[in-house]
Order: sequence, then C-alpha cells, then structure tokens
Amino acid sequence: MLVKRSPELTYRDVTPKGAYANRRNFLLGLLATTGAVAGWKKFSYLVSGPGTGSVPVRLNGVVKGPYNTDEKQTSFNDVTHYNNYYEFGTDKGEPAENAKNFVTTPWSVSVEGEVTKPRKFTMDEILKLAPLEERIYRHRCVEGWSIVVPWIGYSLSTLMKLVEPTSKAQFVAFESFYEPKQMPLGVSAGIELPYVEGLRMDEAMNPLTLLCVGMYGATLPNQDGAPVRMVIPWKYGFKSAKSLVKIRFVQNQPPTTWNIANAHEYGFYSNVNPNVDHPRWSQAKERRIGEFLRRPTLMFNGYGEQVASMYNGMDLKKYY
Amino acid sequence: MNSILTSKWTKVVVFSLCLVPLGMLVLRAVQGNLTANPIEFITHTTGDWTLRFLVITLAITPLRKILRLPQLIRFRRMLGLFAFFYACLHFSTWIGLDKFFDWREMWKDVQKRRFITVGFTGFVLMIPLAITSTAGWIRRLGGKRWQMLHRAIYFSAIAGVIHYYWLVKSDVRKPLQYAAMVGVLLAWRLGSWIYDRGQRVAAGAPHAEITTAESA
Repeated sequence: MLVKRSPELTYRDVTPKGAYANRRNFLLGLLATTGAVAGWKKFSYLVSGPGTGSVPVRLNGVVKGPYNTDEKQTSFNDVTHYNNYYEFGTDKGEPAENAKNFVTTPWSVSVEGEVTKPRKFTMDEILKLAPLEERIYRHRCVEGWSIVVPWIGYSLSTLMKLVEPTSKAQFVAFESFYEPKQMPLGVSAGIELPYVEGLRMDEAMNPLTLLCVGMYGATLPNQDGAPVRMVIPWKYGFKSAKSLVKIRFVQNQPPTTWNIANAHEYGFYSNVNPNVDHPRWSQAKERRIGEFLRRPTLMFNGYGEQVASMYNGMDLKKYY
Repeated sequence: MNSILTSKWTKVVVFSLCLVPLGMLVLRAVQGNLTANPIEFITHTTGDWTLRFLVITLAITPLRKILRLPQLIRFRRMLGLFAFFYACLHFSTWIGLDKFFDWREMWKDVQKRRFITVGFTGFVLMIPLAITSTAGWIRRLGGKRWQMLHRAIYFSAIAGVIHYYWLVKSDVRKPLQYAAMVGVLLAWRLGSWIYDRGQRVAAGAPHAEITTAESA
C-alpha cells in the first residue's frame, strides 16, 4: 500500500520573488490575450464580415406627435416577428431570423436629384435634424392584415426643406439598401432589387409622411427597416420603403418595385381603399393582428381628413 | 421488406405518422405558437399538407413499379384519404375561421377570385373519390369505371398547385416545387402508358387491356 506523505513546508517552498512577478506577468498576459482575441475578432470582422448586427437602443427625448390613434397597439413581438422584408426572405417569420446580422453602422442617406442643396446625411445627423416624435399609426398591408405601431421619427418635409427641391422636382423616389452578400435571399425574392418606392411631391410633403428612425421607444429593429425607413400610413405597407440609402427628387414618376413586378396588381398610388379590390382578393376587410374577426378597412386607412384633398377629382379606381 | 409492408402494424404506424402534422399544429396551438396571424398559419399549414399528401399518394404507383414493391398499394387509399382529410381542414379553416361563415362573401370569392375558384374545384373533385374509396364501391362501379373516376386525383393535384401558384405574390419557388413533383409523377404515368401501348401493339393484342382498380 502506498502512503503518500504530505511534504513538510520548508523555506524552499516559499514562492520565489520571480514567480510573484511572473504571476503579474501572467495577469498582464491574460489581459494581452484578451486584447488579442478582441483584436482578432475585430480583424476577422473586417475580413469575413460582421458577426453581429445592431440591437435596438432606447431613444431619449421622444415627444408625443400629432395624428396618434388611441387604438390598441400591436405587440412588439408580433410587429417584429410577422412582417415583410423580402430582402431577408419572403415568409413573414423569416426577416426576424435572417436580419439578425444586418450591419447598419455606419449609415448615411444620400439626398439628391432636383434639389439646390444635395447632401449626404449621416445617421447621427438624421437623428438630430428635428425633435423625435412618437406617431401611433395604423399600418395596413396589401395582403389584408393590419397592425398599430408606435413609430418614432418626424415628418419627411423637415428634411425636404433642408435640401430645397427645385421646381423641377415632381416626385420623390426612395431607395432601400441592397447588398446580396448580406441579403442572399434577395436573389429569389421574385422582385427587382434594390427596392424602390415613390411618392408625388405633395404626398411627400404631407405632414403624415414620416421619416422613421424607431418604434416602441427604441431604434428600429433590423427586420423592421433599420436604421431609417419611410412610414406612409394611408398607403399599403409596401409603399413604406425600409433601410433607406437614397432619396431622389425627380421630374417624372419613378418606376417602383411592386409596380414593376406586377403593374396590374400594385399601382403607383396604392392608397388604402376598401372599394378597390386587389385583383386576387378583396380589400374591403382586414385582419388586425391579435383579433379574430376581420374588421372593415377604412378609406385611406382612416386618414382621409389629412390626405383625401390631394386626390380630389382623381379616379381612384384608375389610379389604384 | 415485404413482410414489413404486409404487416398490419405498418398500417398503424403509417396512419399515426399521417396524423403528426395535425398533432404538431395542435401542439403549437396549445403553446400559443401559431405566429402573429394564427388563422393564416393554420390555412397555410393545412394547405401545404394537402399538397404533400397528394404528391405522396400519386407517388405510390410509380414507386411500387420502380421498386417492385406491389405491397405499397396497401397504403394508397389511406394516404389519399389523408390528402382529403387535410383538404377538409384547409377548407373548413377558410369557412369557419377566415371567413367566419360569411356564405355570401365566400360564394363571391369562389366566383370572382380565380385562385379560390381553382382551389375549390380541386377540393370538390376529391369528394367523390373519398366517398367511393371503399371496397364496396370498387365492386359496385367495377374496376375499370372506378379507376377512370379516380383519375380525377390528377386534376385535383394540378388544381392544388395552380391554387398555390396564383396565391403567392412574387416568390413562386415553393409552388413550382410542387408543380415539378406533380409534373414528374404525371409524366411517368404518361410515359408508362405510351410504353405499355407500344408493347401491346407489338404483341399484336391491342385490346387485351387488363385493368384492375389497383393499377391507376
């Protein structure tokens, strides 16, 4: 039987001073290694692309905006896990998953075309152009479902005034970010990308038209169009282009994505209109997410008071 | 392999497997995990499974001939009836949950929306097949007539694929996948029919067509 005797401690067992120092070196080494790992991560990030995307950050100093509905807001979870963003997949559950690593910093929006002062706005500048307002809007998808979202932003007109559109500017085109490397599913979306939407000048100037930088008190989640998007509440959802990189003022009505894909089904105007059906389904009713029975769809999504006058004398069956 | 296919337990296992999609749906419902738009999710899931079961049912005959496993025929009726079962769930979801028994609006949809018209047609075509799926009906109709009638499943499957294709907004990949599968299965039938015909002509017996209910 082997009995292992514990050795008696002698002076020799006292840790030598060098080892003390070594311990410090070890700690320093640990720090250095951490730094190196962090550095490597940063380096590999530069080489192989990002590992993580942006996460919504709380927005401070948001004031209550005009035109708010007091209808029940749709849950944050539903708005972020049931939506269309074809660049990240055509199933409504897909964007939440596939946009996770979408990189939105740094970001800038180029405002150009028929303007006196064309300019590139960085995201920081956009966030500070005007006081951020919370706008609780109804949002109606052309597919027949709707949500109520507390968006954050300010009227697009604020930004438009800064660049001074010329008299030639009759329309505005909004272009979304598109990079197949970050959005590999965009190739099979069945629509032409980058995504382009547009408005007539008076529509763009309408105070309801929101340049949107956040929702539910924070910056936009990636899948909902981070970092900056349009929100045009009286039109079907697809008019509200996401992840804007370019705002172009133009003389003629710009070609727009869904109109190119199927002009017969998706008009340039695409105002919410219960009396004009989509060729394949009725638009008279909608399913509010979270509700069981369909509810009647309102003309101009209930924003007639603010927008109906812009379409006086227009045949909305023809200009659907 | 044959003893596995002929065992009565295999039928029980296949039957249970066919219920798994429904079980998953119920489980998700219990967990409150039917997405933000549960009615749409149920409609799409049951519709998907209807198409899948139609494809599986249509695959039985080619498979049993190619793999030389005639016993596979034992499962065809069950699989076909499951296609009808999921089609019924799909249809009743539309009636009860989606349209909430608004018959006037539904009838308008059936007439006006071509994707609903074609889907409805495909479903209606399946009803007589489900009714006459019993051995008694095969006897009453006679094998040949029964077989002719049950070829309606080809049109149901085609209608189902068109129904799906006309529904999607722009991403037609999934409907096209179903179209490809149904296309291959129907093309195989056409091919083997032409081949058999050629054989018969060569054998000089063009009228010696032997048809049983089981070779549809």
